[in-house]
Amino acid sequence: MESYTIIVLLLAATLRVATPLVLAALAGLFSERSGVIALGIEGMMLGAAFAAAAVSATSGSAWLGLGAGVAVATALALLIAFACVTHRGNQVVAAMAVNIMVAGLGPALALAWFNLGGQTPQLDGAGQRFGAVLWPWAQAAREAPFPGLLYAELLSGHNLIVYLAVALVPFSAWVLYRTRFGLRLRAVGENPHAVDTAGISVTRLRYEAVLISGVLCGVAGTYLSTAASAGFVRDMTAGKGYLALAAMIFGKWKPWPTFGACLLFAFTDALATRLQGVTLPLEGVVPVQLILALPYVLTVLLLAGFVGQAVAPAAIGVPYSKEK
Amino acid sequence: MNFRHLGRTWLIMLAATAATFAKEFQPAIVYDFGGKFDRSFNQSASEGAAKFSKETGIAFREFEITNAAQREQIMAQLAKRGSDIIVAIGFTQASAVEKVAKQFPAVKFTVVDAVVDLPNVQSINFREQESSYLCGMAAALATRTGKIGFVGGMDIPLIRKFALGYVEGARHVKPGIEVIQNMTGTTPAAWADSTRGAELAKSQFGRGVDVVFHAAGATGLGVMQAATDAGLLSIGCDSNQDYLHPGSVLTSALKRVDVAVYKAFQNARNGTWKAGRLELGLAEDGVDYSYDEFNRRILTPAMKQRLDEAKAEIVGGKIKVSEYQAE
Repeated sequence: MESYTIIVLLLAATLRVATPLVLAALAGLFSERSGVIALGIEGMMLGAAFAAAAVSATSGSAWLGLGAGVAVATALALLIAFACVTHRGNQVVAAMAVNIMVAGLGPALALAWFNLGGQTPQLDGAGQRFGAVLWPWAQAAREAPFPGLLYAELLSGHNLIVYLAVALVPFSAWVLYRTRFGLRLRAVGENPHAVDTAGISVTRLRYEAVLISGVLCGVAGTYLSTAASAGFVRDMTAGKGYLALAAMIFGKWKPWPTFGACLLFAFTDALATRLQGVTLPLEGVVPVQLILALPYVLTVLLLAGFVGQAVAPAAIGVPYSKEK
Repeated sequence: MNFRHLGRTWLIMLAATAATFAKEFQPAIVYDFGGKFDRSFNQSASEGAAKFSKETGIAFREFEITNAAQREQIMAQLAKRGSDIIVAIGFTQASAVEKVAKQFPAVKFTVVDAVVDLPNVQSINFREQESSYLCGMAAALATRTGKIGFVGGMDIPLIRKFALGYVEGARHVKPGIEVIQNMTGTTPAAWADSTRGAELAKSQFGRGVDVVFHAAGATGLGVMQAATDAGLLSIGCDSNQDYLHPGSVLTSALKRVDVAVYKAFQNARNGTWKAGRLELGLAEDGVDYSYDEFNRRILTPAMKQRLDEAKAEIVGGKIKVSEYQAE
C-alpha cells in the first residue's frame, strides 16, 4: 500500500513538472517543423512568465495574466519571425538575442515597477493564480481502495493549464497529420520550394508556425509564474526551454514521442526530489549529489544511446528566398 | 510611468559617488545569491543597513551578486573607491573576502556566516542550531501526523547545522518522530529556485508531513506557498516570515543578520569595531524564534511555554545542542 501511494504521488509530480516542458516542446515542434529553429522558446517563456505575474499582481486576475503572457510571447515570436522570415536573418542569432534581451529586460522592468529587486510581488490574493481543479468525489475517493487515490491525486487536483497541456498533445498531432495546414507546415520545413511552386506562401506559413509557438510559450510561461509558483523571479525558466528542445529532438519532431520524452525528463526530476535521504536496499543512503545529477546523467545516456538517428526537417535553419 | 523613479535612483547613485570627495564615513554591503528581496537572509541584512542609514543619515553602497565572478571585482572596487567597511553576506563570500582583504589592509571587512582569519576581518557566525532546535520543538508539538519535514537550500555544512538542530529539538519533544529532509541543490542556484522548493515540499506532504521548516532563502518562498496551498504549516527562516502567510507559518527561526550588519556599521563608525571571530546564539539574542500577531493563533500558549523553558535551559547550558561537524 505504501509503495502504491509513493508511485501515484510520483506520477502526479511528473505531470506537474512536465507541463511547461510539454507546452514548450510543442511550441518548438511547430516552429521547427516549418523550418525555423526554435531556440527562442526559452526567452518567450521567460517573457510570458514575467508579463503574467506582473499583470496578475496588479489586476488580481490570473486570466488577465494569462492574456498578457500570451500577448508578450506572441509579440516576441513576431519579432523573431520578422527577423528570420521577412529579413532572412540568422535564426540562431535572432533567437539568442531575444533570450538575452528578455533575461535582462524582465528583472529590469520588475525593478522599476515594483521596486522589489527584480521580482514581482508574491501572488497570494484570491484569483491571482491558477488553483487546483478538484474533480467530483475526489475527496471521498482519496480514502477509497485501489483506483481511489489514483483518481484523487493523479487525475484530479491539478490546475487548468496541466489539463490543457495534456489535451494539446493529441490536438497537435491531429493538426500536424490530419489537416491541410499541417501537411503544408510539414512540407514547408522539408522543401519550401515545392510549397512555393504550388502557389502557397512560404512566408505566411512560417509566420503562422512561429506565432503558434509564441502562443504555446505564453501559456508555458504563465504556468511557471502563476500556477507552479507564485510570482516571477529572475531566470525562473532555468533552462526549461532548452530542455524542452532536447525532449523534442529526443522525440524526433513528433508530438507523441516528444510528449513521452517530456514525461521521462520530468519523471527523473520528480524521482530525484523523492529519492533524497531515502534508504535503498543494499546501497544505504544515496549521496544527495548523485541523486541531483541523476536527471542529467539519464538524459545524456538516453540521448547518446537510445534515440537512434534523429532526422531534423530538411530545410531547418535555412531562410527561404525564391531566387535560389 | 515609473521611469521617473528609475531616474531618481540614478541621481542617488550619482550623489553617492560625489560624496567620495568629501571624506565621510562610507559603509558598503555585498549581498549573496537570492538577492536583497529574498524576504529572508539577505533581506534581513539589508534591513540592518537601512536602519543604520536612517538613524545616521549616512548613505551606504550595496551590491547584489548575480554571478560568482562578481564577488571579488565588486569588493575590490568598493575598497578602491574608499569604503571604510565592507560587509559581505553569506558563506560563499569567504574566499573573495580573504583575497581582497589582503590587498586592502586598511579597509575593514565583516563577513557573515564564514570565518576568515585576517587582522582586518571580522567573522560573524550564528548558532543556528539553537533557534532550529526551538523550531524543531514547535514542529513536533504542532504535528498531527507525527511526521515533520525540512527543506534546505544548498547542501553545505551551515544548512546541515540547521537540520541537525531541528531534528534534535523535535526528538526532545517526541523521541520517535520521523523527520524527512531534502536539500534543493548543490550550487548557489539552490537559494533561488522557488518552483523546486514547492515541489520538494509537496513530495514531503505526500509522505505524510504536515509541518515543514525551510532554510533555503528565496527557494523557501515556494516551500511556504506550497504549505499554504495544502492547508498545512510551515516554519520560516532567517527573517521573521510569519506575515507572509498568516495562519500558516507556525513560527520563524530568526537569525538577526540585521543586528549584525547594523552593529558592524555602527561600531566601525565609532571606532569600536574589532577584527576576529564573533559567535551569536540565543544568549546574545543573535538567534530566536518569532512570536507576533500573525502566528499567535497557531502557536498556542502551551507551546510557547515549552519553547521558552527550553530557551532558558539552552542559555543556562542545561540543554546542549550539538553542532554539526563537517568531516
